[in-house]
Amino acid sequence: MDLINIFIKGVFIENMIFAYFLGMCSYLAVSKTVKTAVGLGFAVIFVLGVTIPVNWLLENYILKDGALAWLGAEYAQYDLSFLSFIMFIAVIASIVQLVEMIVEKYAPALYGALGIFLPLIAVNCAILGGALFMQDRQYSTIGEATVFGIGSGVGWLLAIVAIAAIREKIRYSNVPGPLKGLGITFIITGLMGIAFMSFSGIDL
Amino acid sequence: MSEVKSREPLFSKKNKKLITDPLNDNNPVTIQVLGICSALAITVSVAQALTMTAAVIFVLVLGNVIVSMLRNLIPSRIRIIVQLVVVASLVIIVNEILKAYLPDLGEKLSVFVGLIITNCIIMGRFEAFAMGNKPWAAALDGFGNALGYGIILVIVSVFRELFGTGKLMGYQIFGNAIAGEETGLYSIGYYNNNLIILAPFALITVALVIWVQRSRNKALIEEH
Repeated sequence: MDLINIFIKGVFIENMIFAYFLGMCSYLAVSKTVKTAVGLGFAVIFVLGVTIPVNWLLENYILKDGALAWLGAEYAQYDLSFLSFIMFIAVIASIVQLVEMIVEKYAPALYGALGIFLPLIAVNCAILGGALFMQDRQYSTIGEATVFGIGSGVGWLLAIVAIAAIREKIRYSNVPGPLKGLGITFIITGLMGIAFMSFSGIDL
Repeated sequence: MSEVKSREPLFSKKNKKLITDPLNDNNPVTIQVLGICSALAITVSVAQALTMTAAVIFVLVLGNVIVSMLRNLIPSRIRIIVQLVVVASLVIIVNEILKAYLPDLGEKLSVFVGLIITNCIIMGRFEAFAMGNKPWAAALDGFGNALGYGIILVIVSVFRELFGTGKLMGYQIFGNAIAGEETGLYSIGYYNNNLIILAPFALITVALVIWVQRSRNKALIEEH
């Protein structure tokens, strides 16, 4: 039950885009057509689903205060959490590289679909943001962390596909010149964000 | 790319342009669409926006200089990882400084200090400028872009803090809002618009900034 809660929370209530604006850069750059948006969305789900559990292990067995206790009592005093940024980003960058190579070798069709998006993802704030939120919220098992990762990925996919569909249609509308493109996309995202806030309730 | 000659004065016209361009016509946030995540999330108060700007100036200037000095040594296949390591180390320094001297603000910025690492402005400038230019020009470019980013942050946060809470930097501008003893604007029936504090209004505020900017300079208008 807890896992379902975490999943739904990740998709709707704590949606990466609408609640925290994570991954906005690629969200704005790749949302011109639905097809590419779907590709990037699935790549994000995939990478979040892989990196968050790995970073969870890293956090709980190496970085956290006292996490090194499994090496022996004399290591229990170390607190390496100041290293978490560099460790997380190194894990993300190398896993993305690794995933790219594995997918290219064993699933060429999938590589054709995701290939160009994978390198982009290493520097997507949604991925690092996911890892940092995982650290912040202290999920107690690796299962919870994985579900959180996949849930936030699905939320991200939902957001980018929705905005891409709207942007495809808005081309035929009469938008004021200076707002064309970026401006109107911002306003629509804002309105969608307000809609998504209804999942948690607006507290004024 | 434009190489700065050694006998060129330190603040030649070309170098000045590196600083002034990103402030308006080539603004990293509203024109190049980089670094949006943090620009939106931390603009609830001016103090947070200023802290973030200072952090980004520090990271971008130093990072640009370091990457520019290393540019001939970095193999192009692993350049992204090298760049990430440079940013991550600088961000760790910023984070530790914030924790030590400004713990309250650091707490409010929470994960967004860490997210400077993946702030696309930084990677974007490394890729587009620092990898092909000398350190001094890279430093100016980094300073200009960080400042351009900061200007948008400050504009958006002034708007949001003023109309959302009636304060600026924590000082009451519109008078006292406490029920029963209102002063200033509140005594004639003014209310704070609490919606502006909420996340989605950051997007709408940035859209307004874009609208104003592109109305002034028609060349920036997009096709669709």
